[in-house]
Amino acid sequence: MFPFSFEWVWDMAHLIFMGGLWYALSILGAGMTYCIIKTIIDTNKGKGCHH
Amino acid sequence: MDSALMSRGVKRCPTWQFILWLCLFGGVLLWGVYAILLIWLKGLNQTNMNDNYGFALWIWADLGVIALGGGAFFTGFLKYVVGKDDLKNIINYAVIIGFICYSSALLILAIDVGQPLRSWFIFWHANVHSMLTEVAFCLSCYFAVLTIEFIPLILENRQIDKVPFFHNLSHNMHKVMAVFAATGAFLSFFHQGSLGGTPSVLFGRPFSYREGLLIWPWTFFLFTWSAAAYGPCFTLFVTRITEKVTKKKLVKQNTIDLLAKISGWMIATYIIAKIIDTWYWATVTAPSKGFAFMDFYSNNPLYGIWILVLEIVVCGIVPAIILLTPKGRNNSVALFIAVTLGCIGVLLNRWVMVLQVVAMPVMTFDKWVMYIPSWQEVATTILPVAYGIIVLMITYRYLPIFPQEQELNPNP
Repeated sequence: MFPFSFEWVWDMAHLIFMGGLWYALSILGAGMTYCIIKTIIDTNKGKGCHH
Repeated sequence: MDSALMSRGVKRCPTWQFILWLCLFGGVLLWGVYAILLIWLKGLNQTNMNDNYGFALWIWADLGVIALGGGAFFTGFLKYVVGKDDLKNIINYAVIIGFICYSSALLILAIDVGQPLRSWFIFWHANVHSMLTEVAFCLSCYFAVLTIEFIPLILENRQIDKVPFFHNLSHNMHKVMAVFAATGAFLSFFHQGSLGGTPSVLFGRPFSYREGLLIWPWTFFLFTWSAAAYGPCFTLFVTRITEKVTKKKLVKQNTIDLLAKISGWMIATYIIAKIIDTWYWATVTAPSKGFAFMDFYSNNPLYGIWILVLEIVVCGIVPAIILLTPKGRNNSVALFIAVTLGCIGVLLNRWVMVLQVVAMPVMTFDKWVMYIPSWQEVATTILPVAYGIIVLMITYRYLPIFPQEQELNPNP
């Protein structure tokens, strides 16, 4: 649920619940994005080619 | 035939033997899939759930596998956040076991909701006043964490690792694993807790109702604590079974000893908290609701006081004592008994908090209501066991799960 959904209410419960969900998903998403970008850079540099 | 896919320097059973066992457990899996299809196509009338048992065998199985899978988050927390580096020798297996447990839990929920195509409603139309919403959020996110933790292990397969991109990805994911492990520990704390909190906020059910701290009943903390305490027992239990089946030593004794000792301390402290909680509930909370302690354990064919003794003494105090003593940990039989009792103990706790809660009468005109699951419920509950064994078989065969295997078994 996002703040633009019709059910959204600006109260503590929505902020804590949905904020917690987005926070966790953001960490996972950012972590994976970092890994993939770093991997693309490393691979282009020729790292891991001896395998 | 498939030796090119296996790690170097390790011995695995012949392909025909592997396929034979795969077919055997695959048959059990198909039996479960048939039951799932019946339930999805014909509806929940295929189960024996009713107005009393809206939460039945599946929810027990769900809570059970989630508790047993707690070994993954707690071992990850100990290794990556606390810095117990010795656990690197068992963390891979803990992650796979956790992955199996949590994917099973999500599968059970997909059957239980009856309308799995609407599962996304819980995210989009979230009821932000429900503990179960928090459970759904944290469970899904933590499953994502476990998948992320599992991916590098798959990428380490001998053939996949030859591809530079996958080799680098696995390496980079390992480097930031502490962030994922810490997120997993945070998510697990809340969903394990909320699963415990759910029965305890039911003020109309004096058997499970508990007081607590702010909005959290005491069982919120007890469930998280018990998952962290008994989860490693399940990791050790499965590791021991794997060693027996493969006739190999796979993890060094110092790693087993460390995890068993930590588990022992966690069980000991948990059981003290559990005894205090039970005592306060029996002498203060339940009487305030008009119930005597023995009302919960009499006049029915199944739930006697034995169940409480079994949970706290036999499956709590006994394994704690064994795991806390060096002699107990170093004796493989005693260690296996302790971790087995631990696993039974946490499953029993979840059984009591799901099924005994709804079995006992709450009105003066009510009677105890017993429940026998239908074969479809049994088949779908056994399905995760077969699924888990198949995943363990495949991962053990093709992935480098145990870093010490070659050293401990030098002549493959």
